[in-house]
Amino acid sequence: MNMKRTLFLILPAVLFISVFMLIPLMIALVYSFMTSDSYGGVTGPATFDAYIQLLYQQDFDGSLIFSTDYLFIILRSVVLAVATTVLCLAIGLPVAWHIVCQSASRRKFLLFLVTMPFWINTLIRTYCWVLILRDQGLINMTLRNLGAIVDPLPLLYNDGSILLGLVYTFVPFMVLPIYSTLERVDTRLIEAAHDLYAGRWQVFRRVIWPLAKPGVVAGAILIFAPALGSFLAPDLLGGGKKLLIGSLIQMQFTSSRNWAFGSALAVLVTATVILTLIVSSRRNKVGEVRI
Amino acid sequence: MIEVRHVSKVFTTMDIGTVTALAEVSLTINDNEFFTLLGPSGCGKTTLLRLIGGFETPSTGEIRIDGVDVAGLPPHKRRVNTVFQSYALFPHLTITQNIAFGLEMLKWSKADIDVRVKEMLSLVRLEGYGERNAAQLSGGQQQRVALARALAPRPSVLLLDEPLSALDLKLRKGMQVELKRLQRETGITFVLVTHDQEEALAMSDRIAVMSAGHVLQIGRPEDIYDDPNCCFVADFIGEANLIPGALLGRANVNIVTIRPERVTVGPGDAPAARIAGTVSEVTFIGPDTLYDIGLKDGTRMRARVRGDRGRFRAEEPVTVHWPDEAERELAS
Repeated sequence: MNMKRTLFLILPAVLFISVFMLIPLMIALVYSFMTSDSYGGVTGPATFDAYIQLLYQQDFDGSLIFSTDYLFIILRSVVLAVATTVLCLAIGLPVAWHIVCQSASRRKFLLFLVTMPFWINTLIRTYCWVLILRDQGLINMTLRNLGAIVDPLPLLYNDGSILLGLVYTFVPFMVLPIYSTLERVDTRLIEAAHDLYAGRWQVFRRVIWPLAKPGVVAGAILIFAPALGSFLAPDLLGGGKKLLIGSLIQMQFTSSRNWAFGSALAVLVTATVILTLIVSSRRNKVGEVRI
Repeated sequence: MIEVRHVSKVFTTMDIGTVTALAEVSLTINDNEFFTLLGPSGCGKTTLLRLIGGFETPSTGEIRIDGVDVAGLPPHKRRVNTVFQSYALFPHLTITQNIAFGLEMLKWSKADIDVRVKEMLSLVRLEGYGERNAAQLSGGQQQRVALARALAPRPSVLLLDEPLSALDLKLRKGMQVELKRLQRETGITFVLVTHDQEEALAMSDRIAVMSAGHVLQIGRPEDIYDDPNCCFVADFIGEANLIPGALLGRANVNIVTIRPERVTVGPGDAPAARIAGTVSEVTFIGPDTLYDIGLKDGTRMRARVRGDRGRFRAEEPVTVHWPDEAERELAS
């Protein structure tokens, strides 16, 4: 009876995940072993061509030359995703701690502020950064009117602006899980640590950080995975000049019409994320985290 | 030695405005003393403890620990340790790591820490529990870990904030004896906060009775019990009869107090009675009989008579007697 009820209750979730996640992933996996045809679809037979394309370029005479172009794009994407995660942690942990230390009514208000960006479409929010950062944007115009600069600063269309956009988008995903972890921490523990001769830094290192860690791990996963595959910030704020893996995948399915290669890239990203999850769950017991 | 001199603490809150938790409190706690701050909740006893610990700063006045003014010294710079009401054991550390925490912060050597942790575990009788987590221990065991953790760095003063309130009655009695033993064996000054007068009487060398931010009386348990200086102390420590002086024909006396066990009850026509009344309730509790007696102006008196076996019945007119030395005249 109990078993039946459990099955019944988890059925919608299982169905949803299978239909909208597992099946598309399977399709991508199958497509990645096929070849793109001239009409934009895919045909058989099964080959490793798409994966070979990751590392080798076909020369005019048909021979394969080792090429690091795509590897470099992947590496840049991973570096940006890691940087995003680290910066979100550097901003999110103090913010979460600050909120936890407030009175109940102030906490509610501050949490409301943290979640407010979710009320506005991500595309619009990201585009706003273009208006702020561009040559005739808010910052450059203000600085020029103040006489601080003559030529506009190159704020937009570089790695920095992409990073800014990513961090801006993902910071709430770090604040919220850390907050929910720290909220359950007895504030007397902080007092007890102080009482036992720990200064501020020691209290942070020996008590707050270990207790916040489950939230940090949850936040890092929530940020690293989507940041790795994101294409909105790189496209709008990076100007599409420097490719990241998210934009590259998107391109394969639209303008390049190379679904096989796009699928191979998508499988690679998914595999990277899953691998990261497995490694971090082994080390940190992610199962204990409640978000 | 802890000297508290004219210390006041005023809290400002957004909804209630200002609250005076402590008003001009002065007291001295001697070395190696088991000193108790006793009072109902909200009397300021915990605030005073937190001021000594350094978790709050006094609004006015000064606190000296071993002759040093501790104003502006944060908790981690005071040789004072606290046993918290909720124990506040670190959930991410083992029992051993919990006890070692303060020693590591004081930069003891690894070898010294190992020796001290073992010593503390045996002092609180928890040998073999070192590798467990706090959550795996019972309330009483967690309490003992909290004690070991606070005593390990050899503080000059140990502060205990209602340490026994979370334990059930039987454990509480056991821990009272245990605390007393620890205090004797370590020779450290213990400052205990409690609202439980029996606990205070059983353990303390001296007690400060507090109410509404004031210290009403300081003294040895026997003195406070036998010689309360006001109605609040008489009533809060043990049971007390509070009789208006006028009722006893003493116009210039406000209140006369007598402990119920010092009162005897005689037949209605007995000579040389203090006062006459009517029995309203009789409760036989084995060795003693409790009489609830109504006096003529409606004041109630309680008498606890040994070996009486219920001589008088409800509604029976009786006389009430007590020796001169059993009563105290109180001004307020």
